[in-house]
Amino acid sequence: MTVIANTLIVITISVGVLFTLVTMIGILRLPDVYTRAHAASKSTTFGVLSILLGVFFHYWLKEGLFSIQLLLAIVFLFITSPIGGHLMGRAAYISGVEKSPLTVGDELEEVVEEAKRKARPRPEID
Amino acid sequence: MAFQILLNVFIAVIWMLINSSVSATSFIVGYIIGLLLIVLFRRFFKQRLYIGRLWSATKLFLIFLKELTLSNISVLMVVLKPDLENIQPMIFALPTELEHDWEITLLSSLITLTPGTVVLYVSDDQSTLYIHAIDVDDVDEAIHSIKNTFEKAILEVSRS
Repeated sequence: MTVIANTLIVITISVGVLFTLVTMIGILRLPDVYTRAHAASKSTTFGVLSILLGVFFHYWLKEGLFSIQLLLAIVFLFITSPIGGHLMGRAAYISGVEKSPLTVGDELEEVVEEAKRKARPRPEID
Repeated sequence: MAFQILLNVFIAVIWMLINSSVSATSFIVGYIIGLLLIVLFRRFFKQRLYIGRLWSATKLFLIFLKELTLSNISVLMVVLKPDLENIQPMIFALPTELEHDWEITLLSSLITLTPGTVVLYVSDDQSTLYIHAIDVDDVDEAIHSIKNTFEKAILEVSRS
């Protein structure tokens, strides 16, 4: 039983550390803000989730403490982190951050141009 | 759905009062009896049974966990590739059939959490999601897989 518990804890925490590390490498290597948003907003979620899960297993199986707060932290992370990623990407796109030249297609450009044109106030004629 | 759950809790409380034993055990027994009664009387409810909806929500959660793990591994492969000159990011439009606000929020959260795709923009009439994909070989295939997994599961949850 102790062996199983130890294996579970070690595996979850190492997976978490691995994915957090990969996120960091991704932020350094990827070319533009949108591709970095991929690495930043999601692999971290998965990494932090795994680490929290490992801590939860540690306290539950070894110390006998069933920590609800850690589970709540996982749920809150899941709810908030995609919204953060979406808002950063959207704000970057609308304020006109350059895409990397590798980008092969863009179906959003016209839509945002149209919306900006509508939102811009008409120049006064006097 | 909320009405059925309330009714079920009410039956459980009645069962506790009948047995005059206020404890968790008798509440659970009463809840199971209430569930059986609700299943028996299902033709009198306009909506479908809440237990079925609960089951499809569980299925959605399992699909999500599976996709999260698989696609995290695929992003790991992309990031650790020796030459990053070969990736092909792309912004594509995904037409969606979902109508309610919460369904679209849920779908875009799920799409954003599965690596490889980030939702950048929801069109004003809420009929199209604009998605940034990190490495697209075949856009149609990506759209097809999102539609087949997440959208289908969400539609199944919200079907009345």
